[in-house]
Amino acid sequence: MNGADAIIKCLEAEDVDIVFGYPGVAICPFYNSILESSIRSILIRTEQNAAHAASGLARVTGKVGVCAVTSGPGATNLLTGIATAFADSIPLVCITGQVNSALIGSDVFQEADVTGAAESFVKYSYLVKDASEIPRIFKEAFHIASTGRKGPVLIDVPIDIQNAPVADFTYPQEVNLRTYKPTVKGHAVQIKKVIQELEKAKRPILCVGGGVLLSDAQKELREFSERYQIPVVSTMMGISVMPTKHPMYFGMVGNNGKPYANRAMNESDLLIMTGARVADRAVSQPDLITENKVLIHIDVDPAEIGKNVGPTIPLVGDIKHIFRDMAKQTLTCEHDDWIETLQGYRETMEPARHPDPNYVDPAAFIRLLSEKMKDSAIYVADVGQNQIWSCAHHVVKKGRFLTSGGMGTMGYSIPAAMGAKLGAPNKQVVAVCGDGSFQMSMMELATMRQHNIPVKIVVLKNNYLGMVREYQHYTYADNYSVVDLTGSPDLEKLAGAYGLPFIRLTDMNGAETAINRFLKEDTSMLMECIIDPMDLVK
Amino acid sequence: MKKIYSVLVENRSGVLCKVAGLFSRRCFNIDSLAVGETDDAAVSCMTIVSSGDERTLEQIEKQLNKKLDIIKIKTFEESQSISRELMLVKVKFNKGNRRDIMETCEIMKAQIVDMSKNQMMIQICDVPERTALLITLLQSISIVEVARTGTLALPKCDA
Repeated sequence: MNGADAIIKCLEAEDVDIVFGYPGVAICPFYNSILESSIRSILIRTEQNAAHAASGLARVTGKVGVCAVTSGPGATNLLTGIATAFADSIPLVCITGQVNSALIGSDVFQEADVTGAAESFVKYSYLVKDASEIPRIFKEAFHIASTGRKGPVLIDVPIDIQNAPVADFTYPQEVNLRTYKPTVKGHAVQIKKVIQELEKAKRPILCVGGGVLLSDAQKELREFSERYQIPVVSTMMGISVMPTKHPMYFGMVGNNGKPYANRAMNESDLLIMTGARVADRAVSQPDLITENKVLIHIDVDPAEIGKNVGPTIPLVGDIKHIFRDMAKQTLTCEHDDWIETLQGYRETMEPARHPDPNYVDPAAFIRLLSEKMKDSAIYVADVGQNQIWSCAHHVVKKGRFLTSGGMGTMGYSIPAAMGAKLGAPNKQVVAVCGDGSFQMSMMELATMRQHNIPVKIVVLKNNYLGMVREYQHYTYADNYSVVDLTGSPDLEKLAGAYGLPFIRLTDMNGAETAINRFLKEDTSMLMECIIDPMDLVK
Repeated sequence: MKKIYSVLVENRSGVLCKVAGLFSRRCFNIDSLAVGETDDAAVSCMTIVSSGDERTLEQIEKQLNKKLDIIKIKTFEESQSISRELMLVKVKFNKGNRRDIMETCEIMKAQIVDMSKNQMMIQICDVPERTALLITLLQSISIVEVARTGTLALPKCDA
């Protein structure tokens, strides 16, 4: 057995069934050993997408996503994917090949200091110096990636280490890290305090973030909200914690959110931030939200508390555990008036749109699409105007909504949707992107074909980098700079070239028939929607 | 506000870089940094002096705590600790100022640790303000070169 075989054994011990990646010489021993295993390897068409696909898989399965690429450019291409996962706290183990240990530091062919380059956006990284350490390192890496505040862990493995003999392989049962003991259980005294504040509150509100989904605490949260009549708003990463049409749900907050969600948050007297980091997009002036209200911040990462907003009542721990413990407390509260007020806001404050009937209206289209999608379907939004429209108009039933909320990485949706489909083969998966973001990942159509991954793709085409054009519209008085996408391919021909069925929708007439056809069978399909180039999200 | 962080870390390659990288990445100040092995060869101690508002100083501690190579962090104010800095200063001298330099050293409790025909090396181990004062005093004479450690500090025995 050599180091590469040992790595595969570790992945098997961790119950990994799919590795996304791209080989090169420095990772070839690994890709040779994987042939002997039942682990499926998916050849992605550019390394960044290996991390995005692993992220999609991790988010729908709750498992750690795994990718493996070569040294130098393979590893540096992967960096954006790692940073994207880090910003959204997605658990990944990223394996990179490295040049021969003896040559590290001498600038040989395809050498890059990837552990150094990735330092500020990995949860932890390893450079393996001895093949006998592989079992311990992998055990630790999977543990670190999937516990506490989740995140990507990078393991850089020089080619000689992959080829080195490993005398006896035993996968450790436990990890022993004296420096890493994440808090799981919430402090009983703090939980008491939260309950006391809830009893006092007249206008409480829960703001849920991606942390709730990472902790798989949707059920606990929903039950808590229903039982104590506490309305819920969400950040972008918190979309799909609550079904869109749940009576206690009042939409996404933030500068791209629903006006009634922001108003609900502003008028509350008790705000419970749960698994959200209060970043600038959700709350533009974090200092102001503590005015006239008590703020409780629940997060697994103690460093998030007080980072962007303060002062607060902190409650550190795993959200699922905390809400289970809170459910055991006795609490009596009624907020009928407050909920009625918010329902009034929801009914009257939905922003009006005035779509041009000569085009597909993205808002109406997304609403119709999500109504027709299966209840448990997974919707993956890309980045740009398409993301904002998706957040505002996608109707979550029992499924999931995935997007790159923290980093805002264009091109995320197609590889993430592929990963999600491979992780949940029985679920319907739809990726919605713009023509800019589509062109950042369209090479993955080949991956979908090669590995038969039936993902549905919608391209909202406006021939512009719409989000930037909209910014230039407001900020630079329509003085457009480098946002025109002229030269883009004919998507029908492109779909044909990849052997994919294609639908083009030019206006809302026939939208229903087109969507029915698009969703009918569990096969890949590309759908192009021609939208008004001058349409705005605001 | 100033704060001293006494940080016990795993004595591994790259750890200093990770800690320093954290400070630069999050725009935290490093006023001074001193690193050395502890009585346990597997553990190093970093003494970091930083300044900023209260939220920043709290974030520094929390972000440091997230780093997996960090074992333990103690934070304290200057007033709660004994802090020292070691400095070596090489100065040029002549007959006219030799006695002045020696008197300055005596007053400052600095030692002359090496000497040649026209240069001498002075050592001082004191609180950072006093080492800074010695530099000011010697500047009028002609300093050749200076080597100075960062601040080392431990909380007071009864703290």
